[in-house]
Amino acid sequence: MAARTLYDKLFEAHTVRQTEDGSALLYIDLQLLHEVTSPQAFEGLRIAGRKPWRLDANLATPDHNVPTTERSGGVDEIVDPVSRIQVKTLDENCDDYGILEFKMNDHRQGIVHVVGPEQGATLPGTTVVCGDSHTATHGAFGALAHGIGTSEVEHVLATQCLITRKMKNMLIKVEGELGLGVTAKDLVLHIIGVLGTAGGTGHAIEFGGSTMSQISMEGRMTICNMAIEAGARVGMVAVDQITLDYVEGRPFAPKGDMWQQAVDAWSDLHSDDGAHFDTVVEINAADVLPQVTWGTSPEMVVAVNQLVPNPNNESDPVKKDGINRALSYMGLSADQAITDIALDRIFIGSCTNSRIEDMREAAKVAKGRKVAANVKEAIVVPGSGLVKAQAEAEGLDKIFEEAGFQWREPGCSMCLAMNPDKLAPKEHCASTSNRNFEGRQGNGGRTHLVSPAMAAAAAVSGTFVDVRQLMEA
Amino acid sequence: MNKFIQHTGIVAPLDRANVDTDMIIPKQFLKSIKRSGFGVYLFDEIRYLDEGVADQDCTNRPLNKDFVLNQARYQQSSVLLARTNFGCGSSREHAPWALEDYGFRTVIAPSFADIFYNNCFKNGILPVVLNEEIVDQLFTECAAQEGYELCVDLEQQQVVTPSGERFDFEVEEFRKHCLLNGLDDIDLTLQNVDDISAFEAKHKQQSPWLFGAIKG
Repeated sequence: MAARTLYDKLFEAHTVRQTEDGSALLYIDLQLLHEVTSPQAFEGLRIAGRKPWRLDANLATPDHNVPTTERSGGVDEIVDPVSRIQVKTLDENCDDYGILEFKMNDHRQGIVHVVGPEQGATLPGTTVVCGDSHTATHGAFGALAHGIGTSEVEHVLATQCLITRKMKNMLIKVEGELGLGVTAKDLVLHIIGVLGTAGGTGHAIEFGGSTMSQISMEGRMTICNMAIEAGARVGMVAVDQITLDYVEGRPFAPKGDMWQQAVDAWSDLHSDDGAHFDTVVEINAADVLPQVTWGTSPEMVVAVNQLVPNPNNESDPVKKDGINRALSYMGLSADQAITDIALDRIFIGSCTNSRIEDMREAAKVAKGRKVAANVKEAIVVPGSGLVKAQAEAEGLDKIFEEAGFQWREPGCSMCLAMNPDKLAPKEHCASTSNRNFEGRQGNGGRTHLVSPAMAAAAAVSGTFVDVRQLMEA
Repeated sequence: MNKFIQHTGIVAPLDRANVDTDMIIPKQFLKSIKRSGFGVYLFDEIRYLDEGVADQDCTNRPLNKDFVLNQARYQQSSVLLARTNFGCGSSREHAPWALEDYGFRTVIAPSFADIFYNNCFKNGILPVVLNEEIVDQLFTECAAQEGYELCVDLEQQQVVTPSGERFDFEVEEFRKHCLLNGLDDIDLTLQNVDDISAFEAKHKQQSPWLFGAIKG
């Protein structure tokens, strides 16, 4: 058999049928559901008199709209009536159809992309979809995972399949060691800066090379999560011992003899030697420094020790216009030092960076320091109830609270501000989330994407600072 | 789903690259559990001067006069002319729902983000990819002539300008077929029930751990 990429293998193993024009019916092993992109899908199902094809291939949890402040009063006490209806609708739909849902105050509730892996629902070799573009996260497990629209959510509920077509293969090969204070988040921001926001369009990206094989599952999830910010619906990493160690023993993962059988089946989940990639991009890990986005697209990113770009250095008129527009929206001037940007708010959380390792990295920087006086609010939002419990068992909540951070309940929170956590116009936020689009974190809000360690460093300094200076101190 | 065979309409030029889905329909409007009614919130943050709220009546909101859709000459537009990487960002189908509800039947751009592109076809909207030079030309022609219209012909796979100039575009055969006939994907897929069941039986034998673990 010809050498195949990991993506080729996953795609072929799930192809139910393929038509001559290249469109394929792909079998879906797991669909994750949340309250924002599912109500119209359930309504469509109901109107057509259809039933879900397989209940045990679905897992639901509300995440986008849930408050992250005290919420023991339950769904009925969500203040925003529109949010409340949406969360209730998910509860009702899951109850009606018999789909497993971790409801808002269940200790297993959290952001879908944190919950799926944490529960062992996301497994190597599977196809995973969700009505959310950050579904690529699950590709960290050697799975084929991507975001879909609501019509497709309904389609997968009704047929267990997705109509799709094969994408192109891209390999991003990262070699060498990441420096002190440089994290998976910095690496992926750097990669997006190199590729551009549309560089991966039409491709499934595999992240490989010696650096990737050293990175933890949390870090791999952070990297795959942001594949979409480079335009690629799919990000993936090959399965290795790190993957198996993470998955083993999780609630929905195979047990006993079945575990061994699964491990054997997963041994092929890597690209073969000599497999063909349409595009290969090489990245030297040693070139990556702590990153900060300055503009309104994730590709508008520089290292913390650099300057905000000058539009006069850009010859392409459309790009130049984009830089000018971004500078004006962000309230920054050309050639301004990144370390001169003062912060109003700090957000540590989101499906990109709210796992236990992220909490630990931020806490390490926050420990024994205080949130700067000019920072109005610094919030830490764990990705799930289980991450929260683990962090509390390690005393991280106390470290954050002593430093002046707020320790919150799990949810998507200020990543997209569908709940009450949002920026006021013109406020600058150091955020560990994934998008710095205009208005994303609140109308007129100014988002700077960074790693958890860099966000904590910005919180205690009041401006951006190279986190390595705090680590050496 | 609405069929799309051929459409002629006034062109609205949206002259910026990387228009993301947060810009097309901001998150506060995603709280609706309905599929309709998003048109008045299309491009909300750049269209109005105040901050939009879900379920709000937009009749008396202050308009951003500089925004293209607020200009008199583009009032009846149904063809959106855009720049590269249109629709990047989230998977929200609310983006094509908002465009469709507003009255756009087609979007022409040099490139689209994958998920948005795919979502358009599920909602009777035709995304048309033309190369950057042609899109530039269309922007120029549109600026020069009030009431500038384009005809987008899916059957012929051509965009036709008022002067009769024709530009070919590509579209996948299956998507074209569904759009021309207004076909529902689920019905089409369910014609393959036997294939799906056969695949599933084999898959269960090979990977039994994927079945029955998650229970409601």
